[in-house]
Amino acid sequence: MNSDLLNAAVVFANFVLVPGLAYGSQLALGALGITLVYAVLRFSNFAHGDTMAFGATFTILTTWWLQSLGISLGPLPTALLALPVGILMAVLLCLGLDRLVYRHYRSVKSPPVVFVIASVGVMFVTNGLVRLIIGPGEQRFTDGTKFLIRARDFKAMTGLNEGLSIKVTQGLTVLIAFLCMALLFWFLQRTRTGKAMRAYSDNEDLALLSGIDPQRVVLITWIIVAALSTIAGVLYGLDKSFKPFTYFQLILPMFAAAIVGGIGKPLGAILGGFIIAYSEIMITYAYKKIARYLGPENWQPDSLMQLLGTDYKFAVSFVILVIVLLWRPTGLLKGSSI
Amino acid sequence: MKQADRMAETAQAVDSMAANAQTKKKRLEGLDICAGYGATQILNGCSITVDGGEIAVIVGPNGAGKSTAMKALFGMLPLTSGSVTLAGNDISSMSPQARVAAGMAFVPQTNNVFPNLTVEENLDMGAFLRNDDFSKTRDQIYSLFPILHEKRRQPAGELSGGQRQQVAVGRALMTEPTVLMLDEPTAGVSPLVMDELFDRIIEVRNTGIAVLMVEQNARQALEIADTGYVLVTGENRFTDTGEALLANSEVRRTFLGG
Repeated sequence: MNSDLLNAAVVFANFVLVPGLAYGSQLALGALGITLVYAVLRFSNFAHGDTMAFGATFTILTTWWLQSLGISLGPLPTALLALPVGILMAVLLCLGLDRLVYRHYRSVKSPPVVFVIASVGVMFVTNGLVRLIIGPGEQRFTDGTKFLIRARDFKAMTGLNEGLSIKVTQGLTVLIAFLCMALLFWFLQRTRTGKAMRAYSDNEDLALLSGIDPQRVVLITWIIVAALSTIAGVLYGLDKSFKPFTYFQLILPMFAAAIVGGIGKPLGAILGGFIIAYSEIMITYAYKKIARYLGPENWQPDSLMQLLGTDYKFAVSFVILVIVLLWRPTGLLKGSSI
Repeated sequence: MKQADRMAETAQAVDSMAANAQTKKKRLEGLDICAGYGATQILNGCSITVDGGEIAVIVGPNGAGKSTAMKALFGMLPLTSGSVTLAGNDISSMSPQARVAAGMAFVPQTNNVFPNLTVEENLDMGAFLRNDDFSKTRDQIYSLFPILHEKRRQPAGELSGGQRQQVAVGRALMTEPTVLMLDEPTAGVSPLVMDELFDRIIEVRNTGIAVLMVEQNARQALEIADTGYVLVTGENRFTDTGEALLANSEVRRTFLGG
């Protein structure tokens, strides 16, 4: 009986806890970018998913090039070595687009909805660029050691029926995501530039009166957003696989995460990322196996015990989004209402 | 700014300084200012002057152009004619940011703090243009407003109205300005808090700063004013010491409600 409980816990950890932690980290990094653009530039950036794809694309191309040269990071994915190139390209893209598109609308003081529509245009263009460069198909670029812990080794180690496997990419995702978050918070809370960014986001007119340069704030915001989105895109691609269309679809859960947590609040984006990730996974997971361990002996449920098919996972984010907008439009951490 | 422009401005500044050597130059002087929004002219040649260690108060009925005068003096509104000088230097075409660097500070009537930043961070942002160590200035502000020291780790948005105004004034003082401009500092605070704020403003004045403010609470403001300006339809109607204006029966009857 006791080992049944343990087995059930291991199944849960293997299929819900660990994947949710990795997916939540990826969503959190993505939602952080969305929330920063919203807080500083004051619009919902629909092109964010495709910025992720763009940064990931150049990371993948560089990874392939490094692999062809025989350079690798040993047990770690080569993509980590290629990441700076991807970040640099995404920074150039964001700054170029700001110069070409958003700066004009800022100078004529357009309402936020104009920015949003412009970002939809930017989204299509970036999406097209990515497909032109790397193609619309699925790309794999993960190399190095695959598992941190193998299910087989786990079973041998613990003597349980069920195994727990943790992929290197999952471990890396969580580690890198938390490192990025810690760095971002340190920057926003402790540095002069970070405080100026928060001040500008809080009260633009007063920031101007205090001598804060808006051009610089915008520049730094885009650099951070480009870096975060590339890292999120690469981690997602390593963990699952890279396909331009998937990244376009990711804007729904990422926006849901940013809004659920409270848009404009970095901590909210992280909280929202994990809420959305776990909701998606927990609602679409089939609990049959767990129920079998927890139920009476020799009993098994007739159904899969799955609330929704995995095809509906995007519906989960959508429903959560609608509920939050109806009941608490400012999100859990009281961000701005949109 | 182009080199030639800068040189011209320097030359102009030197000229006006020489011109002011004979006459006593005032800290901030707006002369015959005309300004408005688009085609609507609000200020029709009004003049406002304040010297160091003085409090000047602008009062007047609604729509008289009190706040517009402040905006015009601070460069947030272009002048159609007239001039603004700071310690004798013509600053009429300077941007508000440049005026902050030149020693002016402005506290807007509303939205005058960063609500999500802590009190201390608000003060630090006030000193954004300073590259030297400003911790001494911050300590001075804490001794002027002790409550701010107590609440320094709290977000400014969580403070009461009166405390928020103290943060706003403190933020403006962080650049160690020579001119402090306050747009209705006591708007929406209780009479008790108003008295306390006025006491603090007198203390600021006593450090030698020129204080210029617009006030809705005209009677109380004139009581602490060295100079009072009664503005009507964008023109100076009465200009005198605060005491004299309070004693003037016409001013009392028309603008102070008896």
